Amino acid sequence: MKHTNENVSHLLGLEYLTRLQIEQIIDQARPMKQLFTRTVKKVPLLRGRSVALVFFEPSTRTRTSFELAAKRLSADTLSVAASTSSVQKGESLIDTAKTLEAMKTDFIVLRHAASGAPHLIAREVKCHVVNAGDGQHEHPTQGLLDTFTILEKKKRIEGLKVAILGDVAHSRVARSNLWALSKLGAHVAVCGPETLLPKGLPEIFGPNVTVTSKIDEAIKDADVINVLRIQLERQKENLMPSVREYAEIFGLNSQRLATAKRDCIVLHPGPMNRGVEITSEVADSHQSVILEQVTNGIAVRMSVLYWLTGSPMMTVQKAKTLPSESEQLL
Amino acid sequence: MTSQIFRPHTGKILIKRGRVICPRQNIDRIADVLIENGRIKQIGDIASQSGVEEISAEGKVVAPGLVDIHVHLREPGGEAKETIATGTKAAAAGGITSVVSMPNTNPPMDNITDIQFVLGRAAQDASARVYPTGTISKGREGNEMSEIGAMVRVGCVAITDDGAGVQSSQLLRRALEYTKTFDIPVMEHAEDASLFAGGVMNEGTVATRLGLKGIPRQAEYIMAARDIALAELTGGRLHLTHMSTKESVELIRRAKEKGLKVTADVTPHHLVLTEDAVAEYMANAKVNPPLRTADDVSALRQALKEGVFDCIATDHAPHTQSEKAQEFSEAPFGLIGLETALPLMVTELVRAGVLTLPEMIRRMSDVPAKIFKLPGGSLEAGANADIVIFDPEAKQTFTRFVSRSQNSPFLGWQLHGVVERTIVGGHTVYLRVADPSASDKPSTVPHR
Repeated sequence: MKHTNENVSHLLGLEYLTRLQIEQIIDQARPMKQLFTRTVKKVPLLRGRSVALVFFEPSTRTRTSFELAAKRLSADTLSVAASTSSVQKGESLIDTAKTLEAMKTDFIVLRHAASGAPHLIAREVKCHVVNAGDGQHEHPTQGLLDTFTILEKKKRIEGLKVAILGDVAHSRVARSNLWALSKLGAHVAVCGPETLLPKGLPEIFGPNVTVTSKIDEAIKDADVINVLRIQLERQKENLMPSVREYAEIFGLNSQRLATAKRDCIVLHPGPMNRGVEITSEVADSHQSVILEQVTNGIAVRMSVLYWLTGSPMMTVQKAKTLPSESEQLL
Repeated sequence: MTSQIFRPHTGKILIKRGRVICPRQNIDRIADVLIENGRIKQIGDIASQSGVEEISAEGKVVAPGLVDIHVHLREPGGEAKETIATGTKAAAAGGITSVVSMPNTNPPMDNITDIQFVLGRAAQDASARVYPTGTISKGREGNEMSEIGAMVRVGCVAITDDGAGVQSSQLLRRALEYTKTFDIPVMEHAEDASLFAGGVMNEGTVATRLGLKGIPRQAEYIMAARDIALAELTGGRLHLTHMSTKESVELIRRAKEKGLKVTADVTPHHLVLTEDAVAEYMANAKVNPPLRTADDVSALRQALKEGVFDCIATDHAPHTQSEKAQEFSEAPFGLIGLETALPLMVTELVRAGVLTLPEMIRRMSDVPAKIFKLPGGSLEAGANADIVIFDPEAKQTFTRFVSRSQNSPFLGWQLHGVVERTIVGGHTVYLRVADPSASDKPSTVPHR
């Protein structure tokens, strides 16, 4: 298969990828995931390369997922946390990145509280920059793993109705999902309190994206519901009156889920506030794919790291038309 | 050391055959300009005389030096960004002969000593005339009024808390009332702090796409409306600076129709750029008020054409490379504008047919000088010989600026309108040197 990475050397956001590129990364995640069923889960695809995990925000899930992804590709990993690095001594982000480049690091995986932080270093260094979540902008590997998970369950994206619920204004997960899903042809209903809905979503993502603050409209006949984490501090900014009221009016519970399609699946990027944006009953139901998202996250991140090197593709025969071996194993 | 512009210029200079444009006298014709002892002596057909320095201005425009009423010279406290020496050198390179300096220095200029400091530094090493402003409030904290009268006595030409808006309506009311005695403008950066609330660019689709916190346009025009209401209440002189929204334009238009003492300026960057310049996270286009939409740009241009805006001012706001190389949300607001103002206006307004060349010069010299009661802005006999000579047809590409800082979104832009020479009080403070190896790089030479 022809490699689509062309001159894409960084993964800054799904906005910057074509539909074909997104599909190719996801297709390649399938054989990566197959590895997980083996006793030896490691392949030598990135042997000798090094991946720096630079996390300026606390994150357990994404950091360990990237770390396992890199290790399963036989890459060396190093973790740089803001609290222990020279950032504490006032070093700028660009200087930190250039220092890692001078150490001949091949990848910089960056998590940062500022939107656009990965763009800033991608302009300055030659290593592959992978955005592991930047401010309120994008979290592209989350968007890819969500799409991968939906594809595994639903076998298609085109024409599905996907509801994204929650604090869309401040959510990088929402933006990356919106890019991937709109490029792949889903109908996306975005829903949250008006105070947490940003301006101009249909202008940005196209007519297949609709915005509503009525949760019943958003959920009705949905094939997929992706529930975003609510930051409890939004209460202090007058964006919602209370967590209790949020749960009552905008939270996903069993009654509401029952109005979606019967085989509707529920995603959540984690960590969950049980009883706020999602009830435990829903989170632990058979419709929930939250733990599969975690497994898929490693496969997708392996695929991203490998894809960025521009090496020949690992593929699964007829991945798009038939369920792959990996899916049959689920 | 004394700055050359503070030394008397003796002798005569004859500027030959330029297109002389002096809006205040309604002059626009090919003529000669004679300077004697640092002042304009005569405009007309003047024969060459032996012993008189002659400057050929054939094919060039000869106009009053530009007057920029909104400039951050950063001294004291921000010398890494700019100083009075470097900022006025940049002004001279841009054809600007008078700058009104902003008081949001560190410490803020809220007393006589600070005003005297600026004037003293300017006397030592300025390449353009510097007119300082003082803060409205002590410490620029928005609470107690500064010693405005005392500052005016030593040379403060206006008061402003620029950098942020005055949040207290009561304070602004008192400032507008109190300054009536001194007949100086109260220059207001109209911004509602609670709506601004940590925003970093215009609120809208680009901010949504980039995941950046937006600043709603209402943050500006709510305060512009309040400010105008207070000008009406007090009869004081209100000057609204760097207006960026079409709604502000309508408010100013109505205030003027009512006959209120309200004036306003607009910046070249708000007349030229939209919020799109910020993508993807270009900190050099991070400015406050933020770049708005194409609708606003066309409304601002129309307002300038119709005279709703009295003048053009740069809001020259230098910042160091390392400050601007931070994460977008951390980088400071502001961009430099002294050297690009004239070329931008020639290229984007005059060549686009929005303004004629005399109208442009009027809005960049004659009118701002009048509002701030400065001596420049005219080539009348007896006026200071503050002159810009520029070529409106020639082009240059901006690759490096004279300013100590380089934070411009116009780096790499090719623009028409090249300043050939800038004269202050008869002294040449900037002379473009045609360098065949780097033909579009301006450089300065010391006078004589």
